[in-house]
Amino acid sequence: MSKEQNNHDQDLLEKEKLTIGFIPLTDCATLVVAKELNFFEKYGLDVTLSKEASWANIRDKLAYGVLDCAQMLATMPIDTTLGLGSWKKETVTALVLGVNGNAITISNKLYQELKHLDPHFDDQRPVTADVLKQLVEMRKSEGKEPLTFAHVFPSSTHNYFLRYWLASAGIDPDNDVTLSVIPPQQMVKNLEANIVDGFCVGEPWNQYAVQKGIGHALITSYEIWNNAPDKVLGVNKEWACSHPNTHKALIKALIEAAAWADKDENREKVAELLSREEYINVPVEIISSPLKGQYKYNADGKMESLPDFNVFQRYNAGFPWFSHIGWYLSQMIRWKDISASQDPISILKDIYWVDFYRQVVDEMGLAYPLQNSKAEGTHSGHWQSESNTGTQTMSSDLFFDKKTFDFI
Amino acid sequence: MKKLHVTIVDDDSGRSIILERALKDAGYEIVDVLSSKDNLLLHIEQRQPDVIIVDLESPNRDSLESMRIVTQHNPKPIVMFTNDSDHSMIGEAINAGVSAYVVDGFSENRIKPIMDVAIARFREFQALRSELEKTKNTLEERKLIDKAKGIVMVQRNCSENEAYNILRKLSMENNKRIAEVAEQLISITDALSN
Repeated sequence: MSKEQNNHDQDLLEKEKLTIGFIPLTDCATLVVAKELNFFEKYGLDVTLSKEASWANIRDKLAYGVLDCAQMLATMPIDTTLGLGSWKKETVTALVLGVNGNAITISNKLYQELKHLDPHFDDQRPVTADVLKQLVEMRKSEGKEPLTFAHVFPSSTHNYFLRYWLASAGIDPDNDVTLSVIPPQQMVKNLEANIVDGFCVGEPWNQYAVQKGIGHALITSYEIWNNAPDKVLGVNKEWACSHPNTHKALIKALIEAAAWADKDENREKVAELLSREEYINVPVEIISSPLKGQYKYNADGKMESLPDFNVFQRYNAGFPWFSHIGWYLSQMIRWKDISASQDPISILKDIYWVDFYRQVVDEMGLAYPLQNSKAEGTHSGHWQSESNTGTQTMSSDLFFDKKTFDFI
Repeated sequence: MKKLHVTIVDDDSGRSIILERALKDAGYEIVDVLSSKDNLLLHIEQRQPDVIIVDLESPNRDSLESMRIVTQHNPKPIVMFTNDSDHSMIGEAINAGVSAYVVDGFSENRIKPIMDVAIARFREFQALRSELEKTKNTLEERKLIDKAKGIVMVQRNCSENEAYNILRKLSMENNKRIAEVAEQLISITDALSN
């Protein structure tokens, strides 16, 4: 974009001073990079990042206009639009802030019990919950309390990943185990105190538990489903409708920041920024290895290579595929968080603004997918998808259990 | 009418004490106070409060949200605001930094007075805190100015009053507060002496 064009757009901004809410997790990286390296400024935006203590807080403050925009769980705009948790507030997103980035980690005690049942249960990745199922059945017959697993919010992506993984081994997440909600920053403490036996949470908390010798990571969300969206930029629908230029400028700044953050040579700097007190406030060495594609499952194990553990922009990661969100919707229906009678397509079309994304990306001269959905679970490596500029490179979308998901 | 059981979740013990007293003064007899160190879910299961008042900035709010799930096995479902008719009250509560979780089926006219007390106390406390913050800043600024005065006195071999006048003149010329000028002077002197 020429400087002139850039300035012209800035003249049309409906609002320049914005407050954006975020939760201190590794995948708030795009927001932090956009702020610290002046990508917001480039697009005429004066952004204050507001660190929030809970997802409920993000929801409420966005609904009441205390925040202009917020980092949200990919499933949250559905939650708020349908009013699952509290009141209804129509929310939209036109940008995914990152894919992957979570893992399931269990306590040392539970890990030892599983090892005792089968010393080789975690030799092959991805690790299934089959041995856990054996243990759950044994505990049941011995009359022991069910195991407790935590995630971060009732309608969180983590809740659905955890349920999917457990259920694939025949564990009923509603009856065979207890699921509870614990804020991310309190997960490790609860695991160490054996208040929970395991959790599904975003980084840096899995690596924190592993590197401090408090827990063992069993499976990452990347392995459960390759390149699934996890955080999005959420805004109120009425805000999006009354601030189209600001919304566009914001997305442009974030796409540029995400592209910067995706470069290998910049990942150390991303980790350094995130480790600061005003963001995650955790030592940089814990944050940096997953960002560099190096993942540790066990304290005494070696680093394993997971190059796509954190993806912010490549493979058009920002695009809110209907088939991505559709899978989450299918899980929300499966676990009865929303009624099966609701038409998923009409829900998605209102909430996930694929055309708005295309419009913004087109103005930036970048590629975007022509389709709204892809056949999930059918691509095992890089592949070419149709785009406005011809084709573009996409990445794998396999599920760990080899299932497929076709959404229209 | 059944007595209302209110639980306060707040890490700011000063504020929760004030809130507890205010609720008791208003006639609510059973008031429990918890911090995020306590096991909230266990407490709720055992004590079954009717209303939970929580600091908006408490990370425990996400756990409270999950009560919807817990309540499937619990005769007393707890959700945030049983109906969304009184939006203005919720908005006001959010702006004051307080949130409430109430038992399902609980009439709004019974929660309203509790929320009014909570909102008023949160506001009062915040005003108090910002006043305190201001006092603290003034104190720190005074320390900076004293230190800068000391430096000027040594450098110019002048009296305390003269040193202060020099700082004030600098501040006026540069259109900066005296504390800012003092801070700059101290950091420059530190840099030079290193």
